[in-house]
Amino acid sequence: MATSTTDAPLVRPDSTIVNAVKAVALLRESPVGLFGALIVLFFVLLAIFAPLVSPFDPNATILPFAFPGTAAPDGGVFLFGTDHLGRDILSRIIWGGQRVLFYATVATISAYIVGIIMGLAAGYFRGYLDEIISFFANVILSFPIMVLYVLIIAKVGASGLNIIFAVVFASSPGIMRIVRGVTMDIATRDYIAASQTRGEGPWYIMLVEILPNARSPLIVDFCLRMGYTTITIGALGFLGLGLPPPDPDWGGMITETRAFVTGGFPHMAILPACAVSLLVLGFNLLADGLREVSLKD
Amino acid sequence: MPQLIMRRIGMMILIMLTVALLLFLMNEGDPRLIARSVLGPYAQDQQLDAWIVQHGYDRHILVRYVEWIGRVMSGDLGDSIIYKRPVNEIFWDRLGNTGILAGVTFVVMVIVALTLGVLAGMKEGSTQDRVISVFSITTTSIPEYASAVLLAWIFVFTLGWLPGTSSMTSGFNVVELILPVMVLTLYGFGYVARMTRASMAEVMTNPYIRTAMLKGLPYRHIIMKHALRNALIAPFTVIMLQINWLLSGVVVTEFAFGYKGFGALLLEAALRRDIFVIEACGTAAVFVAVFTQTIGDLGYTYLNPRIRFK
Amino acid sequence: MADPNGKGNGSGEPPVLEISGLRLSYYTRAGEVPAVMDFDLTIAKGESVGLVGESGCGKSTVANGIMRYMGKNGGIVGGTIKFQGRDMAELSEEEIRRVRGKDIAMIYQEPMAALNPSLTIAAQLMEVPMIHEGVSEEEAFQRSFDMLAAVNIPDPKRLMDSYPHQVSGGQQQRVVIAMALLSKPALLLLDEPTTALDVTVEAGIVELIAELSKESGASLLYISHNLGLMLEVCDRICVMYSGEVVEEGHIDSIFSWPKHPYTHGLFGCIPLPHADKNARPLAAIKGQLPLPHQRPKGCYFGPRCESFQAGRCDADHIPMEDVHTDDDPAHRVRCLRWNEIDHDAVVSNETTREPIEVGDTVLEVDNMRKYYDVKESTLATLISREAVRQVKANESISFDAGEGETVAIVGESGCGKSTFAKVLMGLETATDGEVRLDGTDLGSIEVKKRTPEQLASLQMVFQNPNDTLNPSHSVGYQIGRVIKRFGIESDPAKIQDRVHKLLDTVKLPRAFAARKPRQLSGGQKQRVGIARAFAGNPKTVIADEPISALDVSVAAAVTELLMDIQREHRTTLLFISHDLSAVRYLSDRVVVMYLGQIMERGTTEEVFAPPYHPYTEALLSAVPIADPEVEKRRIVLEGNLPSPLDPPKGCPFSTRCQRKVGSICDDEPPPVRLDTEGHSIACHIPLEELREVEPVITIPDRDLEATT
Ligand SMILES: Nc1ncnc2c1ncn2[C@@H]1O[C@H](COP(=O)(O)OP(=O)(O)OP(=O)(O)O)[C@@H](O)[C@H]1O
Ligand code: SF4
Ligand code: SF4
Ligand SMILES: [Mg+2]
Repeated sequence: MATSTTDAPLVRPDSTIVNAVKAVALLRESPVGLFGALIVLFFVLLAIFAPLVSPFDPNATILPFAFPGTAAPDGGVFLFGTDHLGRDILSRIIWGGQRVLFYATVATISAYIVGIIMGLAAGYFRGYLDEIISFFANVILSFPIMVLYVLIIAKVGASGLNIIFAVVFASSPGIMRIVRGVTMDIATRDYIAASQTRGEGPWYIMLVEILPNARSPLIVDFCLRMGYTTITIGALGFLGLGLPPPDPDWGGMITETRAFVTGGFPHMAILPACAVSLLVLGFNLLADGLREVSLKD
Repeated sequence: MPQLIMRRIGMMILIMLTVALLLFLMNEGDPRLIARSVLGPYAQDQQLDAWIVQHGYDRHILVRYVEWIGRVMSGDLGDSIIYKRPVNEIFWDRLGNTGILAGVTFVVMVIVALTLGVLAGMKEGSTQDRVISVFSITTTSIPEYASAVLLAWIFVFTLGWLPGTSSMTSGFNVVELILPVMVLTLYGFGYVARMTRASMAEVMTNPYIRTAMLKGLPYRHIIMKHALRNALIAPFTVIMLQINWLLSGVVVTEFAFGYKGFGALLLEAALRRDIFVIEACGTAAVFVAVFTQTIGDLGYTYLNPRIRFK
Repeated sequence: MADPNGKGNGSGEPPVLEISGLRLSYYTRAGEVPAVMDFDLTIAKGESVGLVGESGCGKSTVANGIMRYMGKNGGIVGGTIKFQGRDMAELSEEEIRRVRGKDIAMIYQEPMAALNPSLTIAAQLMEVPMIHEGVSEEEAFQRSFDMLAAVNIPDPKRLMDSYPHQVSGGQQQRVVIAMALLSKPALLLLDEPTTALDVTVEAGIVELIAELSKESGASLLYISHNLGLMLEVCDRICVMYSGEVVEEGHIDSIFSWPKHPYTHGLFGCIPLPHADKNARPLAAIKGQLPLPHQRPKGCYFGPRCESFQAGRCDADHIPMEDVHTDDDPAHRVRCLRWNEIDHDAVVSNETTREPIEVGDTVLEVDNMRKYYDVKESTLATLISREAVRQVKANESISFDAGEGETVAIVGESGCGKSTFAKVLMGLETATDGEVRLDGTDLGSIEVKKRTPEQLASLQMVFQNPNDTLNPSHSVGYQIGRVIKRFGIESDPAKIQDRVHKLLDTVKLPRAFAARKPRQLSGGQKQRVGIARAFAGNPKTVIADEPISALDVSVAAAVTELLMDIQREHRTTLLFISHDLSAVRYLSDRVVVMYLGQIMERGTTEEVFAPPYHPYTEALLSAVPIADPEVEKRRIVLEGNLPSPLDPPKGCPFSTRCQRKVGSICDDEPPPVRLDTEGHSIACHIPLEELREVEPVITIPDRDLEATT
């Protein structure tokens, strides 16, 4: 009977990644979620293949104030037009998307690592550790989030690393709260008692017994947070606290050109605004679809 | 109940003090930096040192912290470095302006969000629900700075109905408030609406709703008397938390429309290191946030008989 | 169909309810789930009909179908439901609404969930007559008040102003019953109304229901999985299997002359008082209930039936047939071979087993105490810092258990059974006293500090099948991990080998090693739990209500399995349960607990015969027995279990005791009286007096052929 199919699971538990992929595969049940996933996938592909698909150098000043569809002097077309400095907006959106996605992903994953560790520890050990962690989470969460970002970035200066730092600082408490709640719930299950009575250590229990069972709410939350971090990075750019120019950044593009919206060149600011909204919409729809699917099961 | 209220208020004070300490450390942790921002970039080291001693910045940070708390409590917020005036003279006007903007937005947003949320959650999975859900997800995906330019394009450039800035240079003007309120509401209502929907939908699947149905009560009666009461408990907390989010959005929106509120003031101060203004704005923002959150928590316990009559 | 045994059907009145050919389905993403197939049922005026069957066979669906309330994804696919002669399908939404709660009322399993948490009980009661009959508020209040009194609620006035969470489970259920009766319905549907309650509380509710149905003249459809309860409430019963009725008839004829192999099987699974784990073991039904969309062709029970005949039973759908007996012309059965089967042979289980020889003492519990500190957060305590009150979850627990012995710990919720298990396992440490396993005191060693040998020698089987296995890992991994941890094997191939052997032991296919828990049924999960507990060759296994969440037929199989493995390994088994029938059946010795204290202790024979502790006596009487010939003395306890936070000062049982001698019971803890060496009773009543008490249960003198 010992066939190869029964071999693998005995030695090691299913990885969380395998489970996550399975959860995403379920998305075909939710058209809305699938649509969101396609939007996100579209932007991810654009980001990966930016050098190939971007028609112009995003920082090159070619022809100022061109409307969408204008032909470029050296061949090619400004599909989305150019901005006041004559840079191709489509190329800037593509490269800006790459930047946003990169920083949003790194920042959110870092926030997740911190938040998960804190949440597991607080929810599993309880007691003073929990009270201390929860107190500081409450302190951070009681800042209006944009106020917190402005304060941090104004203090430490605007750079990619600092944005990541700010995102970790501002959003890991929220992640911690979710993980803590789920951990406290799962910790009361009999299978946790069973693992304790075979002498498993606390980190084995937290990481192998508890964490995989918290995956559905975490995956949903991760997508939402990716959207929110995208918004935040854009907002910082908009306020002039974002990634340093001249490399394109959606929020920065909007703020640089928004004066021209009422001056007859709306496309300069509106197209990056649409890009950011569309990517966020993708994340939100994906999160919603995943939630719907996970509830059905 | 009374001890619960006391505990929450105690917690609130503790959080406020910690937040204040954080703000203080961030801004006044290094006396030389303060001296530098007050005296300007060309001041000599000796001048800085003299200033530090003269203003008591050579003392221990905790002593200064306690002193500062005392000053703030007595209403003295210090002097603005940029404006060279007491912070009090600028700050309260700005806060008042933000109060108007946030207040109007809050009322509009809550009405829209609760109505749509209840309508969607009442019949989970229906077309009505799906339309409302997709609509609210879409609007929540448009950040304030994006909708600011989109709406400006539509209402200012294309239609010419509304003014493009809200700096209120010639006195208070309701028309100038419309766009900022729209921007804030559009982005903010979706979250409350979705929470309300989820709460309502959850309540509708509860066995006690089945009991009410099988008691033969009319549908309206079930919604109004049995469902809403339970369904609105959870969103209440969310609504109070929303004020925190609103303050966040205010920073971006005020910047976008040149509205003279406290968000714009904070941004300006942060960019130009106007220390006492930063402290005043930060403290005020957190105070409002913590205060409303405490109300939210207490309201939750009050609305929920399972906790109220323990 | 005439029914001479039914009440009030003589006048030729139309039946209250007439269901024929009813088909009900749910629509899921996997497709249509035909939950109920061709369901027929007639209920005469004043008659109480029981609907019995295992979980998932469609009982609740039938009740919901009658109410025309099938939820979002359910639908009525075919058949007719006539209520008082009117076809329900022809009524408009508005007319149905007026029937609901007025003419047909329903009572549910979870009273707490069925009541709205944020409305007072008064508000929830009063709206019934106000909406259905348009009475004034005063009158509605008066009627509600009277109805609460009628369902024996001691202080209706206080209760009216309470919120549901402020009253106990038993009282909540009485409120739900009162709510159902307020508009004097013609038909009451009761869906497992006592399943969520403690046995002694259940006994009170069942008595109330039986009384009310007689007084009010309402017809009853009583849904339950418990055949014993049917006997106390119903005139007629329908046995359901996989969406259809397989046997129906008068209660006496079903219990005395069951004709369907499934009905036989059910009786064989129930530990009746004369069952015995050695001489007459339970006969579990093999296999499990098929899922609605995986029903076999022909007879749905075919794959599990011992009398299955290929070619006949798996050909066409089996129709209902009349069983022409003189006593009960309404007895019908859905089996082709009902008159070919040797009904005597079906029941008796031939296998007998040698009794286990009890060896040396393995486990000694000596004056063990476990107190929990409960923090209080009043302002006063916040300042004074004396915020702790103690809950005495276990108070001086003493007993011992030998090798191969089964000791049962019985009691209702909150009696401290699970705390005791936790202390033993090291998930909590004892406050005082010792728990010695092979001479070493483990009571003070928490689980983190135990050696692998100590851990391995004491393992546990948990109650809730859905909670016992980690949903994220495969069965094989979870068993294998134990083997690895306890250092029994370390080589992956050998671990796998052992996992397979363990799966063999618990009679599961080896391929299950690769499965995730959600692909297993409840009984299968419990088996994996047992395999896991026995993976490290433990000396002692604690089973905390291992079968209480399972269906009878599955429970019987799991019980037998547990005992087989125990016998083979000569394991000491601590069987924690609230179910006296199971306890009587499988244990050698019994410890009866109430509110953290031992009330009575002794061998099974001693505990189940006089002298009884008054609590044991009440408990025995409360347990429903699915055998009409067993005579039972009825004792219904008043009141509810006191809160463990606030136990009575003297005897813990004094607030409810039916034999309370006076204020001495309230004030002084009772002495522990020794009847024989191992049999002790903690009560103020002298043993001589307790010996005079009549036995609660009288089993008729019968030989092994039993039910014929
Ligand atoms: N809402 C639903 N959607 C899909 N299938 C359902 C739904 N409700 C019940 N079922 C299925 O219909 C069948 C009958 O369920 P039902 O609840 O009527 O059984 P039951 O006899 O009342 O069981 P129990 O004793 O557990 O209450 C089961 O197979 C069940 O899984
Ligand atoms: S019809 Fe056949 S398979 Fe079905 S119960 Fe009767 S004997 Fe068993
Ligand atoms: S001591 Fe009194 S109250 Fe307790 S069981 Fe005996 S008679 Fe009943
Ligand atoms: Mg049911």
